[in-house]
Amino acid sequence: MTSIPLIGEAVAVAAEPRLAGAKIGVVTFPGTLDDRDAARAVRLAGATAVPLWHADSELGDVDAVIIPGGFSYGDYLRAGAISRFAPLMSKIIDAANSEAKLPVLGICNGFQILTESHLLPGSMIKNDHLKFICRDQTLRVENANTAWTVDYTDGQEIIVPLKNQDGQYIADEKTLDALEAEGRVVFRYVGFNPNGSRRDIAGISNAAGNVVGLMPHPEHAVEAGFGPEAGLSGSAGEPRDTDGLGFFTSVLTKIVGGDK
Amino acid sequence: MTTETTKKFNIDTVEHAAKTPDTELPWAELGLKQNEFDEIVKVLGRRPTGAELAMYSVMWSEHCSYKSSKNHLRQFGEKVTEEMKKDMLVGIGENAGVTNLGDGWAVTFKIESHNSPSFVEPYQGAATGIGGIVRDIISMGARPVAVMDPLRFGAIDHPDTARVMHGAVAGIGGYGNCLGLPNIGGEMVFDSVYQGNPLVNALAVGVMRHEDIRLANASGKGNKVVLFGARTGGDGIGGASVLASESFDDTKPSKRPAVQVGDPFAEKVLIECCLELFKGSLVEGIQDLGAAGISCATSELASNGDGGMQVELTSVLLRDPTLTPGEILMSESQERMMAVVTPENIAAFEAVMDKWAVEYSWLGEVTDTGRLIITWEGDVIVDVDPRTVAHDGPVYDRPFARPEWQDSVQANTFTGSVEDAGRPSAPSELAAAVTELVASPNMCSKAWITNQYDRYVGGNTAMAFPDDSGVVRVDEETGLGVALATDANGRYTYLEPYQGAQLALAEAYRNVATSGAVPMAVSDCLNFGSPEDPDVMWQLAEAIRGLSDACMELGIPVTGGNVSLYNQTGTTPIHPSPVVAVLGKLDDVARRTPSGWREDGQAIYLLGTTAAELDGSEWSNLRGHLGGLPPKVDLAAERALGEILINASRDGMVDGAHDLSEGGLAAALVESSLRYGVGARIALEELMERDGVDLFTALFSESQARAIVSVPRSEEVRFKDMCTARGFAHLRIGVVDAAGGKLEINGVDELSLDALREAHEATLPKYFG
Repeated sequence: MTSIPLIGEAVAVAAEPRLAGAKIGVVTFPGTLDDRDAARAVRLAGATAVPLWHADSELGDVDAVIIPGGFSYGDYLRAGAISRFAPLMSKIIDAANSEAKLPVLGICNGFQILTESHLLPGSMIKNDHLKFICRDQTLRVENANTAWTVDYTDGQEIIVPLKNQDGQYIADEKTLDALEAEGRVVFRYVGFNPNGSRRDIAGISNAAGNVVGLMPHPEHAVEAGFGPEAGLSGSAGEPRDTDGLGFFTSVLTKIVGGDK
Repeated sequence: MTTETTKKFNIDTVEHAAKTPDTELPWAELGLKQNEFDEIVKVLGRRPTGAELAMYSVMWSEHCSYKSSKNHLRQFGEKVTEEMKKDMLVGIGENAGVTNLGDGWAVTFKIESHNSPSFVEPYQGAATGIGGIVRDIISMGARPVAVMDPLRFGAIDHPDTARVMHGAVAGIGGYGNCLGLPNIGGEMVFDSVYQGNPLVNALAVGVMRHEDIRLANASGKGNKVVLFGARTGGDGIGGASVLASESFDDTKPSKRPAVQVGDPFAEKVLIECCLELFKGSLVEGIQDLGAAGISCATSELASNGDGGMQVELTSVLLRDPTLTPGEILMSESQERMMAVVTPENIAAFEAVMDKWAVEYSWLGEVTDTGRLIITWEGDVIVDVDPRTVAHDGPVYDRPFARPEWQDSVQANTFTGSVEDAGRPSAPSELAAAVTELVASPNMCSKAWITNQYDRYVGGNTAMAFPDDSGVVRVDEETGLGVALATDANGRYTYLEPYQGAQLALAEAYRNVATSGAVPMAVSDCLNFGSPEDPDVMWQLAEAIRGLSDACMELGIPVTGGNVSLYNQTGTTPIHPSPVVAVLGKLDDVARRTPSGWREDGQAIYLLGTTAAELDGSEWSNLRGHLGGLPPKVDLAAERALGEILINASRDGMVDGAHDLSEGGLAAALVESSLRYGVGARIALEELMERDGVDLFTALFSESQARAIVSVPRSEEVRFKDMCTARGFAHLRIGVVDAAGGKLEINGVDELSLDALREAHEATLPKYFG
């Protein structure tokens, strides 16, 4: 019989003194919603979160960047279409494409901004059922070799919350074939495709693997008691409400491991 | 008359009004009564100008002035003990009340209605309902942290219900999700009494440090008045268009939406921008613009401060340049705030506005003249004592009397009625009855609704639907948090309003206590029919009397809320529906108790006693019966039960707790099993023997002050000792059974969890896709 942990109990943080020196930028646009959550995830993983403002013209001294979820500029135009032109985005695009290959993670609206920025291929349209959907979603890690997934294993199934209105991933067949052939489909929906995404794709990476975007929200599955309820269902097995923490420890492994 | 703008209007100045006392004004079209218009003339000593008439008409409306309910609402302020005042930092009368949470934290919450707009235009009506209540919370200096929405719609199978349901749910989601506020709960009731008048209520809760509390007042002569946020447009202008005398130009849009249109992105930016203003202490007073727009904001800010304000109305930034002064004063365009700023802080204020790209315009300044003066290009069009607009509106002692039909309704009990024929008793009948109950419109899973709301954003949601209450962490260091629940039962209140309102409070109180939180404060949204109907007025008076008495007995104050009247279809009023929200405090949300069990072998206890109370119940509703008297209220028992639940949670004696309310024990057992997909074996013979009820009654009665809890084996003795020491009825009725995948109740055919879940979750998708 497993004991049920109290919610909010301290999450084990890797005892790696070098981690605290790692700085991960979290970008806020007008209408960004999950920036504080992403910063919390970075802290819980053991690193330092650095708030970045969309209008800033310099990226500063950060080791990686997270573009969090939300409704930047209200998503009144195509989601991410305006944010993509923020002064900071051109710096992020350059850094991601540079030799240093700055790790960049786009979550939900952040994923949409990354596709609008052409750092990632394809696009997101309205969910096939036309409603906003919030659910605990099972994902399969298809590539545990990107900057944001090295702490997972290939084929591992994780549960993280998903919440979006425009989450249906689409791309032309050629692009989809190429993504699959190159191992750039990083996550797939398992059991239920919540938005009609092509080939059950939940997240993808660029060719180098430093830029990853996905619709579900790993930053909402980092703290016991505040993560997916589905991870607590049934009395068998360990609680699984912190499955998303691996994103944030992965990038630290990358950074301090010298793979950057 | 030099500018283009002014050419369009015949400006009705104060000077002009004084010279033309006999000008006919459309006061009746603006909703004023003869005596009210006469009063305005008396207050001003002349006829009002068009702009003044616009202001008085909206501010003296039922919605803004509470003229029919004020005399009764006083009881919430009068029936207050020292215990109730202990943690109240700001009471009724401000935008929202503020309660002390300790450690320097304070919490503010409020519930409001947006009923009729949500019938006319469900999406925008519901969306702007969220927007308005959130701005009330920001106005207090707080960061909003969660929303909830109690919804009441017409019959589930009526064709129009789908229109309202789809629109309202999408509107609440579309607006709330875009603000980054988790939606942590609410209610959903279907009843044909709400067919032409759905109830869409919205609750918001916010937190702040004590030093950040802001009030709506304009103090300090010479301080500047600024309007910021969205531009002012022609939406939500009630009857202002009848002020035709103001305009001699027919080029302007003739049809304007009566329902305001929301822009959640603008509101999200406004939230962050306001919080930055508060952080820098850049505003002296702040007020959101809701009902009655600038009329309300200027008159309330001025009358709550030094009493005077001077405003130039042409400085208001407009979306539609053809708006007349009266329309600008009445417009209910959303996402606007008004603030008072010292001259020294102007530059810093503007820097914050520029950072967030929020538009603003300086309208005027605070004066010490005791007059609210509004000019148009320098010509005075409003010159009033702001108190007469904001606070000295008419107050009515509406006649009320117990309806003649009340006795016959109360005499018509369910037991033995035609509808009660064939009451289930065989094991197979009882199993079918339980399944029918949990699949019924009011008792089925609300996941179809709540899956359209973001419950995760913010990362502090410790509990949300389908738990009895929503729980949000306030302080990440200590785990300090709040729990919230809203409840109402229109059928109970229809049968006996005094008791019905108390039952709503009792249920919300119980829901908060089951989570382990200590109930602290109440906000209420009183949805009733027309106060001009003495029957309805009696329902309202009785409900307020009942609620205020019960608050005193439970020791928790009402800190705010709203009254929504004239909720009726034709002349048929809705069931009186006082929706009561209770807020509680958890020292550490890690200790919260969810509404279901998980651990195999834990003992299940039923707290409280069960009587044959089926009148007004969900079961009788399912059989089409409404009559008799609602369940008995026992507030001392509610308080004792609450203390047991709170102590048990704090000391780790219970792992799951679910209150018993609509649907009785049957509903609670099924919901507790489905919560984590873990079944139980239940035997009720001892209960039936002790309380003298049959199995059907044990399962379906809605007796109050009851809850079920799951108790770890190691804690059973301690738990029983606690209940015994407190003299509270407690009975072991079963055990959690993780392996079986079913709910077994002695005397009831086996219920597989899969079948129960399918029945429970299929109902809303069946009707709404």
